[in-house]
Amino acid sequence: MNESRFRDGVLAGLPLALAPILFGAAFGVLAIEADMGRVAAVVMSATTFAGSAQFAAASILDTGGGAAAAIVAAVLLNARYAPLSIAVASIFPGSVRRRLVESQLIVDESWALAGRSGRFEYGTLAGVGVLFWLLWVGGTAVGTLVGDLFDPRAIGLDAAFPALFLALLVPYLRTRRALAAALTAAGITLALTPVAPAGLPVVAASLACLWGLAR
Amino acid sequence: MSTAWLVVLVVGAATVLLKAAGPVFLGGRALPPRALALVEVLAPAMLAALVVTQTVGGDEELVLDERVAGVAVAAAAILLRAPLLAVMTLAAACAALLRLLL
Repeated sequence: MNESRFRDGVLAGLPLALAPILFGAAFGVLAIEADMGRVAAVVMSATTFAGSAQFAAASILDTGGGAAAAIVAAVLLNARYAPLSIAVASIFPGSVRRRLVESQLIVDESWALAGRSGRFEYGTLAGVGVLFWLLWVGGTAVGTLVGDLFDPRAIGLDAAFPALFLALLVPYLRTRRALAAALTAAGITLALTPVAPAGLPVVAASLACLWGLAR
Repeated sequence: MSTAWLVVLVVGAATVLLKAAGPVFLGGRALPPRALALVEVLAPAMLAALVVTQTVGGDEELVLDERVAGVAVAAAAILLRAPLLAVMTLAAACAALLRLLL
């Protein structure tokens, strides 16, 4: 890899560095609250390395939703990485094993910064990816250590996560299909929450949207 | 194996494969349009469902508490194009303040 391009990538990611530290820490705190354990939380950040899916899985576990619901929600949220990784496939050099490892550096931020000049720069993707991975895993570790120190409800953490999901949702709502899917899913979840066990409403809502599309 | 580890391992393995889909498995080929359309609506559907359960979800009941006020403040902040961290902080601060006062 071109060393200077990699360094440029790290520098391009630095202005955004606060986000992975704080979100990583927030995930660590949530994981402790959900009784996931410190090691499992850090391993998840190191291997999954995708914020929204990790927050979704941990909050479903926290509300007693069970493993199946947490897995379905997280995997469906990460399905978007298939088209993202396909878009940048041609810039990855080297052997299959190397591409397998380095493709894990694809996250929303590294992908977006790498493509900002109009064509994807491998050095930027790798530089931002490595920087964000280190900060994300480190932030998670710090979060799991301080998670016991305060009551998450007292600092309003349980309101911060739906706010995060809402903020992530809004940019998707530019197409009518996406808007219809979101409204349908919200309606189904609202209707099922009082009658179905935790975790099921979220899964049912997404399956209903898939069914609606497949017709 | 504990529930948490099961989730960590399965989600981790699935995500590794999804991120490797382009560089390892598909080379330069594109995803079929039907699959692409699916992915485009999955994320908004899942996020909308999560907003609902995390805002008003309880133990098999709907709960209206300080979270609703926090998310309402967050919605206003999102409309005003506040950055993500500010949106989360405002929601948390609003809920925490209401709990302190009420």
